[in-house]
Amino acid sequence: MWFFTPEERELQKTCRDFARAEIAPMAEKLDTEEKFNLKAFRGMGDLGVLGITADPEYGGAGLGATAATIVMEEFGKADPGTTLSFLAHSILCVNNIDKNASAEQKAKYLPKLISGEHIGCMAMSEPGYGSDAVGMQTKAVKTGNDYVINGAKMWITNGSMADVSYVYTRTGPGKKDLTTFLVEKGAPGFSVSKEIHKMGMRTSPTAELAFQNCKVPASARVGAEGDSTVHMMKNLEIERITIAGISLGVAQACVDQCIKYAGERKQFGKNLANFQMIQKMVAEMATETEAMRRLLYTVCYEFDHGHKSNTLASMVKLQLPKMATKIALDAIQLHGGYGYSREFPVERLMRDNKLIEIGAGTNEVMIMIIAKNLLKDALKE
Amino acid sequence: MSDLRAELCLNLAKWCHTHIEPHMEHDDAEGKFRLEIFQGLGEQGYAGITLPEAYGGAGLSYADYVATLEEMAKYSVAYAVTVSVSNMVQTILASYGNEAQKQKFLPALTNGTEIGAFALSESHSGSDAASLKTTAKKVAGGYSLNGTKMWITSAGVAKTYIVMARTGGEGAKGVSAFIVRDGDKGFSYGKAEKKMGWKASPTRELIFENCFVPEENRLLNEGEGFKVAMGGLDRGRIAIGAIGVGCAQRALDEAIKYSLGRVQFSQPIFDFQGLQFMMADMALEVEASRLLVQRAAELIDNNQSPSKLASMAKLKATDTAMYVTTEAVQIHGGVGYTSEYPVERFMRDAKVLQIVEGTNQIQRVVIARHLKKEYAP
Repeated sequence: MWFFTPEERELQKTCRDFARAEIAPMAEKLDTEEKFNLKAFRGMGDLGVLGITADPEYGGAGLGATAATIVMEEFGKADPGTTLSFLAHSILCVNNIDKNASAEQKAKYLPKLISGEHIGCMAMSEPGYGSDAVGMQTKAVKTGNDYVINGAKMWITNGSMADVSYVYTRTGPGKKDLTTFLVEKGAPGFSVSKEIHKMGMRTSPTAELAFQNCKVPASARVGAEGDSTVHMMKNLEIERITIAGISLGVAQACVDQCIKYAGERKQFGKNLANFQMIQKMVAEMATETEAMRRLLYTVCYEFDHGHKSNTLASMVKLQLPKMATKIALDAIQLHGGYGYSREFPVERLMRDNKLIEIGAGTNEVMIMIIAKNLLKDALKE
Repeated sequence: MSDLRAELCLNLAKWCHTHIEPHMEHDDAEGKFRLEIFQGLGEQGYAGITLPEAYGGAGLSYADYVATLEEMAKYSVAYAVTVSVSNMVQTILASYGNEAQKQKFLPALTNGTEIGAFALSESHSGSDAASLKTTAKKVAGGYSLNGTKMWITSAGVAKTYIVMARTGGEGAKGVSAFIVRDGDKGFSYGKAEKKMGWKASPTRELIFENCFVPEENRLLNEGEGFKVAMGGLDRGRIAIGAIGVGCAQRALDEAIKYSLGRVQFSQPIFDFQGLQFMMADMALEVEASRLLVQRAAELIDNNQSPSKLASMAKLKATDTAMYVTTEAVQIHGGVGYTSEYPVERFMRDAKVLQIVEGTNQIQRVVIARHLKKEYAP
C-alpha cells in the first residue's frame, strides 16, 4: 500500500522471503501429517515478529496493526495454519499480556514468548459457549492466596503445546465477572483433554483443555477480578483486523497461482488464459482481492492513527474471510481436477480459510455486531 | 413420488444407515474403500437399476435411478459416485456393445459383484477430451494400447474399464473405445491421487504399456469412440446432479437439526432470523435442484433429448451442493469444521462435483451452444 512506512515495507520483504524459505516448502507435508512447523516458529523468534505489537522493553517490536497484518498476509500466503498459530501466540497471548498484565508478569513471561523459546495460547471458548462467549462457565474460586479453576475450554489454538495459557474464567455470576489467569504448562489439575481433528488449519494444533481443581497463585491473575470483560473488548479490534490478514494472504496466493496456471495449462490448443471465462474468473478474483486489501489496510492505518472502530473491525472480519473462501473455491475450479488434488496449494488454502469465517467470531456474530452498532438508536424506539 | 420409488429409497436409506454411515468418518480419514459395501448395494439391487432384466438389471426408469443416487449420496458421496460410474459403464455396454459383449461383461456389473470404470481424461486433456494421446495400434487379432489415463474413478478396484484411445488421426474422429479388464497384460495402475475429498473412492492413473486388447473388445467401429464417450455423458451429468442434490440435502438436514439443538444467548440458534434466512435459502436451492434433476431424468425416460437440461441440472445441483454444504459448516460453527460432524466431509466432497463430468464452465458452454441453436438455427 502507498502509505506503508519504509519500516513496514522492509518488514513485508523480510516476511515474504522468510515465508518462501521456511514456511511454504513444508506446508503440504505438515498439512497431511497434521503437524506443527516448530522450526519456522523458532525462526519467527529470530526474525523478531513474535512480539510484533509488544513493548520493546520486553523484546517486542512495538509496532502497530498495519505491521502485524503485513506479517499475517505474507505468512498466510504460504501456510494459513502456521500463521494461525503465529496469531494465537503473538496477538491473542503476547499482545494481551503486553496490554493487560502487570510489569512483573510481563517481565516473567514476555521475553521467552517473544524469543520463541515458549509458545503461548489464549483460552476463551467453551463447548457450550462459542458465539455467546461472555456466558462462559469455567469458574475460578479464591481460596486463601490461590484460585481454584474448574471447567473446560474448547477450540484452543496452540492449546496442546503452549507453555503459557491466557485463560478466561468466571469469578462471579454477573456478565462482567470475568477474570483472566496466566496458567503455566504442568500446573496441577490442568490438562489437554482432546486434540481436535479439523478440515483445515491442520498445521495449527487445536485442543480442548480441562481444568480440574487447577490451583494457581493469585499472582497469576491479570488485573483485578472482573477486569477481563474490558480487557477482552479492548483487544477485539486488533484480533479481528489481523486475522483478516490471513484471508488476504489466501486470496492473493490464489490469484497468483491462478495466473500462473492459466499461462501453463493448455486445452483446445491454447493456454487457459485465452478463454474468456477464465479471464472473467481471474479478473474478478483479482478485483475482489484488491478491494479486500484496500479495506483491510485502510482500517489498519486508521487504527494505528488513533481511530479505532468496532464497526469497521467487524466489517473487515466479515468481508475478508467470506471473500477469500469464494476466491479459493474459484481457484480450485479454475485448476479443474488438479485443483482438487493436493499437488496444488489451492484446495488447502480453501480448507484453511473456511475456519477464518468461524474463528474469532463467526460471520453471523460480525453481522450482529455491525447491525447493533448501526441500529443502536433505532433499536431503542 | 411413486410408491415403488418411495420404497426403493426407504429401503436404501435403512441399508446405508446401517452399513455405510458408521464407517464414513474413519474411511474418509484413511482413504479406505470397502468392496463389501459396493457389493452389498449390488445385493440389494442398487447396482444395475436401469439395465434391462435380461442382463440382470432391474429394468426401472432413470428417474427411479436418480432418486436412489440422491439417497445414497446423503450417506456417502464416494459410494454414490462409484455406483453412478459403474452404471454409466453398463449403459454404454448396453447401448453400444454387441450381444456377445453384453453377455460377457454386463451380468457381473448389474448384480454388483464387479465395478465398472470409465477412462477418458489424460494429464493434458481434461475439458479438451478430444485431444487425448493414448494410442491403440492395430496388431494381429487386436490392438496394442500405449499411454496413461488420469483421474480414473474406481481405478484399481474396478474389473471392467471402458478406455478411449486413438486409432486414427487427430481430433474426435480418430478415437475408438475399448473394453479392458483388470489383470490384462501391459495394464497397470499408477499412483493414487491425494485428494481434498471423495477420499473413500479411489482415484488413480491407468497405465498402458503394449497392452493387448482383442478385436472383440472394441466397441462399435474404429473412430466411433467419441460417440461412445458422448453417449454416456448426458446420463452421467444428470447422475452427478442427483448426487449433488443428496449431498446438499444431507448438509441441510444436519444444519437444521443442529440449529434446533444448539443454544446460544439463551435460545436455539434456529430462532435467530439471520440463520432462518440462511436455511430457507438453502432449502429453496435444494428443492429447485431436485426438480431440475428429476425433470432431466424424465426426458431420458420419455426418449426426448436431455442434453441441455442435463447440463443445467448438473450445473445447478452441484453449485447448490457447494453452496449448501459451505453454509452448513458455517451454521455449525467450530464443530462443523471438525471431523466429528459430517458436514465438513460433505463440503469437501461437494467441490469436485463442480469439476467432474465436464466442469461447470464446460456446462455453460454446452448450454450456450443449445441456446444459439434454438435462437439462430
